[in-house]
Amino acid sequence: MRMLKQFIGKIREINQRYAKPKIEMSKGVSFSLAVLRIYLFVLVLLMIYKFITVL
Amino acid sequence: MDFFSVLYYRFKKVWKSIRLYLVIAGPGLVVMIADNDAGGITTYAATGARYGYHLIWFLLLLIPIAYYVQEMTVRLGAVTKRGHAEAIFESFGAFWGWFSLIDLMFVDWLTLVTEFVGMTAALGIFGVPAWLTVILVVLLMSIIVLNGRYWTWEKIALGFCLLNLIYIPAAFMVNPSIESIIGQGLIPNFPGGFNNELFFLLMANIGTTIAPWMLFFQQSSVVDKGLQEKDIKMGKLDTFIGSIITVAVAIFIVIVTGTLLNGAPIDDAATAARMLMKTNHYIGALMAIGLFDAGLLGAICISLASSWAFGEIFGWAHSLNTKVKEAPWFYISFFITLATAGVVPLIPGAPLVLITLFVQVVAVTLLPAALVFLILLLNDKKTMGEYANTPLQNIVSTLIVVLIVILSTLYGISALFPNLFK
Repeated sequence: MRMLKQFIGKIREINQRYAKPKIEMSKGVSFSLAVLRIYLFVLVLLMIYKFITVL
Repeated sequence: MDFFSVLYYRFKKVWKSIRLYLVIAGPGLVVMIADNDAGGITTYAATGARYGYHLIWFLLLLIPIAYYVQEMTVRLGAVTKRGHAEAIFESFGAFWGWFSLIDLMFVDWLTLVTEFVGMTAALGIFGVPAWLTVILVVLLMSIIVLNGRYWTWEKIALGFCLLNLIYIPAAFMVNPSIESIIGQGLIPNFPGGFNNELFFLLMANIGTTIAPWMLFFQQSSVVDKGLQEKDIKMGKLDTFIGSIITVAVAIFIVIVTGTLLNGAPIDDAATAARMLMKTNHYIGALMAIGLFDAGLLGAICISLASSWAFGEIFGWAHSLNTKVKEAPWFYISFFITLATAGVVPLIPGAPLVLITLFVQVVAVTLLPAALVFLILLLNDKKTMGEYANTPLQNIVSTLIVVLIVILSTLYGISALFPNLFK
């Protein structure tokens, strides 16, 4: 239990440490990250579809 | 100065450069040669068996592709002194950081399982039981890593890289026709037309050339080795030589199977080794030894890529230069990743085909993200300074990344929906 609490604490600490992205969010960077989000979203949908149809 | 003095000083200068290269060489050579892992050997063996020498020209195209992607990790590691996982967390925030880290953990573990499958199959040809192979490999890799020095680990890894060249004598032993290799292999052509089967194999070749773990591994390796900005030139040379060697090995495998197994259906490299043994015992044995070595080399690098990434993010000591007492979690995570992956091929009825399929699918969720982050990081002039990408480097690397993303995505989707491209 203590280890789990320590682990959760560590995750929180990491989330706080990296809460703000350091890279300058130019239009190019924002666009690339948006495209990446859409790409991954579509891919995850495809995987879920495959998983459901296989089941 | 007379002629001999000029010659002497030139020789001294060249010799100094060679010595400097030998000191810096390692991360590029190891990552590139380890790229020819068990899955890679299977892909190349299948390419040669199915299309003979006809796709050698395509393999040659993979040299600049592999080089341009991997050399960016050298610059990034040497300038920022951070691994790829830490660089993603710091620059893009916790969301993208966790996504990359968890994805890397999955894809590395799944790939490790395929390395163990390759190694157990390879030694199985010589009658070694799978459980013994797994125990020996885990023991051997633990000994290599636990020596407490990056330098020693790297030299041992380079020794295994040297064994990867075993396919070169094997190719000479099959007496291939040089005329056929040049005539059929070096002129770009699509044997039998550009059909789905060919497209799948081309995608598989690209997919095996650039894997997500390679980006994370080389950058962390550059940091652990302590390379500085001044070493970037030699680090890039190291990567370039490595990319030539990895493609050369691939070509020699294609020559072996293209000569002796032309037209035979090859599902995995172990089957190729068994079939080759029937034709020529020694060539089959070399193929099997090469497959074991490829799996071992892949396993060495992949398990380290995960441990380095975890250490970077969780703030554990994470260097091969540290003892177990100083970095217990680094070594524990390395051992757990290795041992759990090793156990899977021993489970009766384990879904190994499904795992192989999953490697391809999970990899396409991580690879595009890791590549896009790489280019964005290399364009961060505030951090990279003079080592940021030039406009020409951006054009070349962006084209390569777009090509890899499209082909690897199609490869992943075709693994998910096998009938889609038929």
